[in-house]
Amino acid sequence: MKPSAFRYVVPADLQSAVHARAANYDSAVLSGGQSLIPTMNFRLSHPDVVIDLRLLDELDYVRTDPSYVRVGAMTRQRTLEFDDSAYRANPLIRQTLQNVAHPVIRNRGTVGGSLAHADPAAELPCLITTLRGELVAHGLDGPRKIPAADFFQFIFTTALEPDELLVEAAFPVLDPGEGWAFCEFARRHGDFALSAVACTVKIGPGGAIQRARLGACGIASTPVVLAECEALLVGNKPSEELFAEVARQAVSSIEATDEPEAQRRYRRHLLDGLVRRALEQAIQRTGARV
Amino acid sequence: MSTDTSSMRAVAGDYEVDDLVAVTMTVNGTAVEAKIPARMLLSDFLRHELRLTGTHVGCEHGVCGACTVHLGGRPTRSCLTLAVQADGCEIRTVEGLADFDGTLHPVQQSFRECHALQCGFCTPGFMMSVAGLLEEGIGNDLSDSELREHLAGNLCRCTGYQNIVAATRKAIDLRDGKEG
Ligand SMILES: Cc1cc2nc3c(=O)[nH]c(=O)nc-3n(C[C@H](O)[C@H](O)[C@H](O)COP(=O)(O)OP(=O)(O)OC[C@H]3O[C@@H](n4cnc5c(N)ncnc54)[C@H](O)[C@@H]3O)c2cc1C
Ligand code: FES
Ligand code: FES
Repeated sequence: MKPSAFRYVVPADLQSAVHARAANYDSAVLSGGQSLIPTMNFRLSHPDVVIDLRLLDELDYVRTDPSYVRVGAMTRQRTLEFDDSAYRANPLIRQTLQNVAHPVIRNRGTVGGSLAHADPAAELPCLITTLRGELVAHGLDGPRKIPAADFFQFIFTTALEPDELLVEAAFPVLDPGEGWAFCEFARRHGDFALSAVACTVKIGPGGAIQRARLGACGIASTPVVLAECEALLVGNKPSEELFAEVARQAVSSIEATDEPEAQRRYRRHLLDGLVRRALEQAIQRTGARV
Repeated sequence: MSTDTSSMRAVAGDYEVDDLVAVTMTVNGTAVEAKIPARMLLSDFLRHELRLTGTHVGCEHGVCGACTVHLGGRPTRSCLTLAVQADGCEIRTVEGLADFDGTLHPVQQSFRECHALQCGFCTPGFMMSVAGLLEEGIGNDLSDSELREHLAGNLCRCTGYQNIVAATRKAIDLRDGKEG
């Protein structure tokens, strides 16, 4: 099918984009179009106004500073994937992106579009939530920082106000020697994850885990930080038994869904395996042994 | 909320529902100008307006890859792109793969030699995706499963993929001048 007709607005800069957004609360923002246009093709969405951000080159950048990899909202996913400075500062970003759709989709899909879309099974929202990253929104009142934990509110729902655009995503850099992993299970390559796990671990001088970050997607209406799991890890030496305990804890944090029992059991089984696999890979990358 | 109405707002374009949008692009090396509705998909613009029917349309939601073309040098789903988004851009379709003198592109040569098609519906999309991989510098050091991952965004209902994987390897060799 084809999109229904709409008024088409092409702002030349961010200010005019924000004004266009504020003047048209029922508008759709078009960045890469890789989620919006399929829904328009199938008339699942039929916006009155489409605001196309394609001229906003000011939002197409990857800047790495000592604390963050800062990515402009209009940066194509594939551009960030290939960015070497981002890879050196946080290799987990590249590994996560390689799980997002197919290369051809990532050529067009933007970092901001994926985050603003807030699919509960999407990889980038899971990554930025797990890393305790930060998002920058821009509305009539100017820019506003939003911690990732507050940004994702529900399925396809974010903390963006109707007049706000997402302009930047800031992914924390990893410490030297910190291990990392992103593991997912999807039915076919390039599909959204049934479930995925992102993690980082840092080993302290005595061989115990000093810092751990663990998060998952596909198990609730937003990406989640597995805080109890992180607490179990910190202060302990990595071992298979520890990882098994952490995986059991992770499984108990899956939110009750209305799935049939068989599917629920399958999802628990998946998460259990993904958590253990991610921890093993991350520990391996620290150079420590299990 | 402060509404700053005094500021100058730069809007490059604002088109009502029935307006036509003037676009210019370069398609397979030829400059094209057209006036089109904003809702027209790039796939339909290529097929219906320019009559370049080599670009196929399968699913219209980004899953099959049959509509893949190069936009600004990168493989792109033309069914998930509005034609107006391509304003000012370079487009290359399957019709623009061969040289002007008819010499086949390595990917066309290899698909032909390896019998990598049966009905041919998926072929233009596959070839545009593989041509993009060749330009990105993909190498034959990849394992079959890694290569298949790169091809997974295109679906074929006939061949069973074996010969498509073989043709992709052959195209890499042809690019690298390893075979005649
Ligand atoms: C076949 C296929 C497979 C896919 N598989 C995956 C997958 O495995 N994992 C995954 O994560 N994604 C997947 N995607 C989605 C893809 O990653 C999209 O690119 C992404 O979700 C949206 O980014 P976009 O730039 O295309 O945004 P668009 O489609 O342009 O916009 C998406 C939504 O975000 C809003 N929006 C966009 N930019 C902004 C902004 N700057 N400020 C405020 N709102 C904004 C839009 O209004 C719209 O509601 C897949 C897509 C396809 C077609
Ligand atoms: S028609 Fe575009 S991906 Fe299927
Ligand atoms: S050759 Fe028929 S679909 Fe691929």
